Parts: sequence; structure tokens; C-alpha cells
Amino acid sequence: MVLEFYQKVPSGCAIAGIMNTEAMSFSGNKIMDCIEVMHDRSNGLGGGFASYGIYPDLKDCYAFHLIYDDEPSRVETEQFLRKYFVMVGGETIPTRNTAKIRTSPMLWRYFLKPMEHLVEEIDEEEFVVRRVMEINTGIKGAFVSSSGKNMGVFKGVGYPEDIGEFFMLEEYHGYLWTAHGRFPTNTSAWWGGAHPFSLLDWSVVHNGEISSYGTNARYLDTQGYPCTLETDTEVITYAVDLLMRKHSLSLKDMASVLAAPFWDKIDNMEPSVKEHLTKLRIIYKDLLLNGPFGVIIANTDMMIGLTDRIKLRPLIAAQKDNWYYISTEEAAIRKIEPKPEEYTYSHAGKPLYATLKNKDKKGDKGTKISQGARLKGELNDDNK
Amino acid sequence: MITNNFPPKYKLNINENCNKCKRCAKECSFDVFTFDETENNIVAYNKNCVACRRCVLTCPQNAIELSENKIAFNSHFNWDYKTQNDIHKQSDTGAKLLTSVGTGLSHKNIFDHLLLDACQVTNPSIDPLREPMELRTFVGRKSDNISDEIGPQLQLETPIVFAAMSFGALSLNVHKALGNAARKAGTCMNCGEGGLHPDMVEYGPNTFVQVASGRFGIDKEYLESGAAIEIKIGQGAKPGIGGHLPGEKIDKEISKTRMIPEGSDAISPAPHHDIYSIEDLENLIYLLKEVTEYKKPVGVKISAVHNAPAIATGIVRAGADFVAVDGLKGGTGATPATIRDNVGIPIELAISSIDKRLREEKIRHKASIIASGGIRSSADILKIIALGADCASIGTAALIALGCTVCESCHTNKCAWGIATQKPELTKRLDPEEGGERVYNLLRSWSLEMKELLGSLGITSIESLKGNRERLRALDLDSYTMETLGVKGAGR
Repeated sequence: MVLEFYQKVPSGCAIAGIMNTEAMSFSGNKIMDCIEVMHDRSNGLGGGFASYGIYPDLKDCYAFHLIYDDEPSRVETEQFLRKYFVMVGGETIPTRNTAKIRTSPMLWRYFLKPMEHLVEEIDEEEFVVRRVMEINTGIKGAFVSSSGKNMGVFKGVGYPEDIGEFFMLEEYHGYLWTAHGRFPTNTSAWWGGAHPFSLLDWSVVHNGEISSYGTNARYLDTQGYPCTLETDTEVITYAVDLLMRKHSLSLKDMASVLAAPFWDKIDNMEPSVKEHLTKLRIIYKDLLLNGPFGVIIANTDMMIGLTDRIKLRPLIAAQKDNWYYISTEEAAIRKIEPKPEEYTYSHAGKPLYATLKNKDKKGDKGTKISQGARLKGELNDDNK
Repeated sequence: MITNNFPPKYKLNINENCNKCKRCAKECSFDVFTFDETENNIVAYNKNCVACRRCVLTCPQNAIELSENKIAFNSHFNWDYKTQNDIHKQSDTGAKLLTSVGTGLSHKNIFDHLLLDACQVTNPSIDPLREPMELRTFVGRKSDNISDEIGPQLQLETPIVFAAMSFGALSLNVHKALGNAARKAGTCMNCGEGGLHPDMVEYGPNTFVQVASGRFGIDKEYLESGAAIEIKIGQGAKPGIGGHLPGEKIDKEISKTRMIPEGSDAISPAPHHDIYSIEDLENLIYLLKEVTEYKKPVGVKISAVHNAPAIATGIVRAGADFVAVDGLKGGTGATPATIRDNVGIPIELAISSIDKRLREEKIRHKASIIASGGIRSSADILKIIALGADCASIGTAALIALGCTVCESCHTNKCAWGIATQKPELTKRLDPEEGGERVYNLLRSWSLEMKELLGSLGITSIESLKGNRERLRALDLDSYTMETLGVKGAGR
């Protein structure tokens, strides 16, 4: 088992998120401006973004972003993908040469539909999760950085604003963006180790360190989520997917598992609430996250901010009109929204969140890069 | 002449402070002291001394000095005092050697080679004086997810319970003391295989009731009195061995508690004669659940043996809500010495492999794991929890709090401290209220220490240390042992 000899990379961080609750798309410039304010909270060893609503033309396809160490890992992964999916499109992720980001692994994206006869009997999302786990644990040198519909993760080793420039994020348009600047305390030049971590359309950016990692990872392993990525943020992503997608927990219940209220509080609650929270803590005791964290969790419909049960990391939310912001520092929000209607400071274990009002819209503008025709033309066919 | 006249292990010296009050002769239950009328002095028969220290500590004149008898032996490593002495005892009597308490041989103590982690900078350590620190633990079967019913849960306010020690092995006053301590601390004692004395029924909500191979004292009322039911298959000090409480110990009180005639031997067979297989065990588990209407956790206690992971898996699949595992160093009131010292495996290794196996089979959440067998401190408890246990159970440590001096003589029924004996003149030496307070203090002290340790680990709830082997490192352990424990070497 990889788990038992996992190498931990503790990190400090800056996180930020912007959402337009009417699903109006906006360019990646905004989130880059926002995260750049917190430059000094990261140290150039990791930055990344999650963007929702960027592939409206292919919104029915799972958009797989892949990081490859080398050509053989790409060939093997594409063979693997063809076994399970119809490949609607695939291409290298466009990047620009910048002075700041000098080397990068191979970066690809694929637009995939599960083969119908393979998902007849099982849940389609579960099918996709299994394939992601198989690539991440089974194919050497390949890593799926995101696998959701109409969304994608762009991340790498560098300051977040430089990573954004490298990926040309100003050309993408999405209605929800999150960002991460990383301050790892030891060098890990692995692009997969940067945030956000993502599975299906979940993405997590995380500021903190999880002292309960061993307990969390061992439990998630028994639930079909092997943790292999050398970072504790991975467990948050899987925990959220397990709780909210597979076990259908509400947002508040999910928060009560990850940042559980203390027993002395629960004991004094009214009986029905007490019974419910006690049951949650008993069943999901292994998913309690100990240690400091501030996280922004997002999916297609919502953006959630959450801090640990004794609030050892900062997090603040702000709102104006149809805009919702979450950030480590207030200054970062002020940079892009000087006069919000309301600031909300995070309380331990109480989620800050906004949900999409217009659920059918999800990205009206899209991005010029991902045109289906062009993707097909560039698809590398040398393995046929 | 064959030299079987072996020198005594301990030596008593009565110094000039002695005022001939003869208190020592009254206090000693091993017949060491006699008063010589003609010489007008106290004579000590050293050979009977077990070093229980009762005389030393009760002598009003502080006149008794106890020391190891430093007689010269050939300094042969292999044929040392103990080995030679054992052979002499065996050739004197032709009988097997009996002993008690856990093994005292120098098997490597793995706990002492495990070190805990602490937080610095990247992750703040937590001050337990300022922040809440949670030790609450639930014993019982957990469901797969929130939409399913969870099984009955036993709520413990600290992850420490008392090990199964029967009325018979121990005096009723000890049971009362443990009951008082468990009730005050919000945890549980375990009545062992000797039934529940009527005086102990009030402690039922804080008691594991045991069903062992002798079936002593078991009826519906007994099962319903307890907070949880434990089927005893094995014990760490004597894996594969039953128990034998001699007829002379079966007085009126024990007779009615065990539901056997006065003066008859109470024999617990080695196996349960209705459990020769795992499916038989399943029958008993569900029989007990049926009788108690699925309202209490029903678990199974085994000793830590080589095949423990597979056995534990079977037990969980057979419906047990908890598995209690007792390791090589576990204690006992009586056992053949050769079994105690040579059979079984250390609890640290057993828990690590059981936890790993249950996780691999994805059934770890279906049962709690209670670990015992030589647990001596709050640090031992946190270490065994980090290796995969849900809570720990302590026997000898609690008895030491009550005055036990580990003289390894429980099986003689002569315990001078009134703990492991049924003689009324001895049992009255232990006050259940005072004793309860001392044991409660021990639990409180260990709980506070555990909170300190958790705080240094940056953890606010014991739940987040369970199976968290990432927070342990091994010092001076071989790579095979480290692999079994799932623990990296210190410095990595």
C-alpha cells in the first residue's frame, strides 16, 4: 500500500474564489489579479486555478486534463482512455512561452464520453471516478488533474499569476474561478502536487495542513479512494465527493463531518439535532479533518468556503450584486471589488457558500480555444 | 544429597528498631514471620517471601528491610537463577509451574521503540488548557453511511476500559472499586467470566458482562444488566488455555455469583464446547443479540496469536460489534508459566495487522477494536490507537493503583493487599471507595496526559489519531517489524 509510506509536503498558502451566481462568464484575468495580491503567501513552488463554464460547446463531455511526465505515459493513457471512452476531442493544452515558467511536463486535455455499453449497469460518475483512480495509481508518469464536465484545472510549479499567464487564462471565460498560491516547505517540483485538486466537477484549494491525514486516507482507501498524490488536500477532495455525491449529504452535514462541532456543544443541542450530529460523528469519525485549514470547495453549482473546527486559518467572503468572493485575505477581494455590500468572516466549521441561481446557463460565453472541429483535427492518432 | 535446597530469592532483615509488636506476622499472608518466644524476637522464613512489601510498608517501627538475596551464582547466562530454580521446583513436585500477572520475560517491548510526532510551525500545536480536546469514543458497529441505521453504541468518555477480571480471581471489593472508578470516569469495567455479584448489578451500565467457556453466572438478567456483552475466547496470558478456580475458593458469595455449588471446582474449558468453528461463534453472537433484543454491542475477545487478522475478520463477518485483542504481555490470575511466557504475539503487532486486514477487506468500520496486554501508560494507549485500536483496556495498571505490587502470587489466594484473594481477613484490607478514587485518579491523569500528547500532535479529537500511523516513528526496530506496524523509521 502506498499509503503507509506516504511523504508529506506541508504547505502554507493563499486561496481565492470568484463566482457569478447568474452564471455570467468572465475572463480569467479577474482571478489572476485577485490571487496576485497575495503573492507573498506563496513561494513560487505551486499555483493553480479551477475554472467552471469554460467548455460550453462540449459541456456533455468529461473534460480530462492530463499531466504527463513523458511520451510513453501519454501513449499508455490514451490507449487506456480509448478502451472506456469515446474520444470526442483531444489536444495539447495551449500554453505560452514565458520567462517565469521555463519547464513544464506534457499537458493534454481530452473530451470524453463513457462508452454506453460499459455504463449501462453502473453509475456513470462512479465509472469516471474509477478510471481516474486507475490512471493515477496504475499508469506511471500520468496524472489526471481534472475530470469534470465544462470545467478544468490549470496548475503547475510557479507563482499563481505566472501559471495563469503560462496557461493564457485571460482567454478563458468561466462563471466560477478558484485559485491557489502555494508555500510548500520543501521542494516538490511535481506539477500534479499543485492545487486545485479535482475529481469529477469537484475542485478544492486548500490552505493548511491536515494532522489527521493518516486516519482520513486509510478510511478513504476502504471507500475506493486510494490516496497517492503526496498531499493532504487530496483527502478533502475525495471526502467531499464521497459525502456529497455518493452519500448525498447536505452541504451543512458535510461541513459537520469535516469540521465537526465539539461534543460539549452537541450534548447541549436540542434532542433531534443532537441525535443527528452524534450519528454523523459516529459514522464519519474517520473523516474529521484535524489540523489547520481554510478551503474553497467548488463544483458546477456552488462555491463553499470552510475553516477547521478551531479556526486556525483565515477565510473571508464578500458579496456584491450577483458576485460572490471568498479569499484568504480581504485585500485580495478589495483589489477586484473595492466596495462589496457585505463581508462575512468565517467561523470555525461554519461553511460560507453561494449557489448558482441560474443552473441551466453555466457559462454563456465559453472560450475560443476549445472548438470541437479543431480538437478532432489535432487528436494524436498514432496509437490506432 | 541432591541439592534442591535452593537459596531464597529475597531476604528480610529486622533491625534494632523492632519493638516486637508482631504486626508483621499479622500482615503477612505468606507465613513468613513467626515470633520466637524463647528468644523473644521475630524470625523471618525468607523462602516464603514473595516481595509483596506489605510488612515493610505496615511496620510501625520501620524496622523491616527487604532486599534481593545476593547469593553468588555461577554467572552463566543460560542457566541463571530462575532457570535452575524452576527445574528444582519441577523435580521436587513433578507438577507444572503456575504463575500469575503478565509475562516478566524480556520480550522486546515495541511500545518503547515507538515515538510520537509533534507540530512545529507549519501546523500549530494545540494547547489543551485553551482548546477543547476530545477523548470520547464509541464502541460498536458503524454503518456504511448516514442513511443506514447504526448498531448499538457504547459511549466512553475516555478510550480506556478495565480488562476482564473475574470475581473469584479478584475480591468483591476490587470489583466495587473498579465499578466506582468506571462510573465516575464515564467508562466501563468488565466483570470477567465469574458472573455478576448482586452488589455489582447497580454498576451494570458501566460493565461489560462476559460469556466464557464455563458459562458461569449467565442468565437473561445477567446479560441485560451489562452495557455490552463480551464472548471470551482467549486471554493474552494463556492463549488456548481455560481457567480453573479451585473448590476451596468457591465460598457462598462466589457460589451464588457463578451459579455453582459451594466447594466445587469452577472449570472453564479451553474451548467453548459449543464453538468448534466460526459458524458456531456466529450462532452464539446472534443468540446473545436475540436475548438482549439487539440493544447492546456484542463482541468477542481473543488472544493475540499468529493468525489473529484472519480470525478477527471472521469474527467481524460473524456479526461481532467489537473485537477485543489481548497481547502476549496480558495479565492473569493464574496460568501455567510456560504458556504465559511462550505463547502469543505482542499486542502492537497484532493490532497493526488486524487493523490493516480489516481495512483491506473494507470492514474496519463494522467493529471497534479494544486492545490490551501490557499497556502501562497514557503514551502506550495513544500508540496502540495510532496503530489502529479504538480504545485500550487495562488490568494490571488498575490493580497497581489499588496497591498490587506485582509479586506474581495471585494464584495462591494469599494476596496480602486484599486484591487477588477471597479470604475475608485479607479482602477487608481494601476499601472500595478509597480504591475507586485512586483508580479514577489514574484514569483522569492518563486522560489529561493523552490530551497533552494530542495537543502536541495538533489534534483536537482522539478520532483523528485512530490508525494514523503517519504520526508514529520507529526507533531501533527491524524493517520487518516496521513493515508490519506500517511505521517509518525515526528521522524519515
